[in-house]
Amino acid sequence: MNSRSLQTTIIFLVVGGILVLAFSGALGSASRGFTSVLIDTQTWISSRFLGFQDFVTAPRDIVTLRQRNAELEAQVSQLQAQLIELQQRVNETEILAALVDFSRSNPESTYKAASVIGRDPSPFLHYIIINRGSNDDIRRGMPVVTNQGLVGRVDAVIADAARVQLITDPASSVNVYLQNADTSAVLYGSVTGDVSLDLISQDATVEAGDLILTSGLGGGYPADLIIGQVVTVRSLEFELFQQATVQPAVDFSRLEIVLVITNFRPVDITPLEPVATPAP
Amino acid sequence: MRNLIAFPLLGLAVILQSSVLSQVRLLSGYADLLLVILAAWALQERVESSWHWGALTCMFIGFISNLPLPVVILGYFGVLFLARVLQRRVWHAPLLAMFSVVFLGTLFFQVLSFVFLRFSGTPLAIGDVVSLITLPSLLLNMLLAIPIYTFMRDVSYWVYPLEEYE
Repeated sequence: MNSRSLQTTIIFLVVGGILVLAFSGALGSASRGFTSVLIDTQTWISSRFLGFQDFVTAPRDIVTLRQRNAELEAQVSQLQAQLIELQQRVNETEILAALVDFSRSNPESTYKAASVIGRDPSPFLHYIIINRGSNDDIRRGMPVVTNQGLVGRVDAVIADAARVQLITDPASSVNVYLQNADTSAVLYGSVTGDVSLDLISQDATVEAGDLILTSGLGGGYPADLIIGQVVTVRSLEFELFQQATVQPAVDFSRLEIVLVITNFRPVDITPLEPVATPAP
Repeated sequence: MRNLIAFPLLGLAVILQSSVLSQVRLLSGYADLLLVILAAWALQERVESSWHWGALTCMFIGFISNLPLPVVILGYFGVLFLARVLQRRVWHAPLLAMFSVVFLGTLFFQVLSFVFLRFSGTPLAIGDVVSLITLPSLLLNMLLAIPIYTFMRDVSYWVYPLEEYE
């Protein structure tokens, strides 16, 4: 070993010894200052390195993230579709449960449930189309109800569908009975979809909130089906009858599932109606 | 042969009319998709089968609607007649012709419906009909006019290709 390499070895040993003493804390405050500077430097370098590494590897991560994002978006869409379907099923189940309750509480009638699949293309007419027809023993004239009340009656039937005239149709008229006033009247539809009562006797005391039921007169509908409530009454002394506006129990704009009363056969009383004879 | 597209197209239009458009109401009126389609079809220069399309529409609507069949036939064929007459006269301004046919055709159809229903005993108040049905339906039909016209023009180019027409 020559003198030069011996000198280098000694310097290394001295500096190494000082470093060992510094790391071991034997140098007191000088030792703490030294390690803190070292740690700060390492932290700075480490954070810069991680930043640089992120920058270099970012494109690969973006591709992965985009793929993952697309997968998740597809999953979300699928779940949303499932949610809508389930929500629809829940709504249908709720309606059907209400209809089953209704049919249980009215055991004298037999019912056939049908979905509303369309409406009359003419805005002048208030008809719905249901997905049950003569194949399901649906016949013309059968009353159609929901758990809320009377909807209308079957007007035309084909094999797998039927057209139902709503009580809101302008050509519809239903003989009704006002429960509280204990009197009969006739319920008419209108082009706007509103229903009103006419031919109420002037002697009857009709008030807002009175319940309106079918009377069964005329044989077109069974008795005691709920129609709605009286909203306002118009009574003028010089008129023969009182009139009233009605709030129907059924929401006709949201008809989805209805019940057809299949054991009711309408009675055609036309032959019994008096024929007007010409005056001699 | 390509004219057979009338069957699925008009069938789909009737389904849309019955199940969708009749639920999209403005007051008590709604758009008549079939009327607008027929008007747009009859206004196309190359089209020679508008009467066939009219007959098919009458058959479909007569089947599902309670509107008296004479109203349906007179109404839709009246619209077709109007469109063919206007197509010959204002052929250089097709959109003007389309708006005119839809406007006059809707009014004609509504008046016809009103008169027939009134005479058949349906109590209809003319004020209610005009304000709640006719005017809203007119507006909705006019809104449909341009997109349907564009669509039917493309259909007519497909049914009557240029080389065949020439």
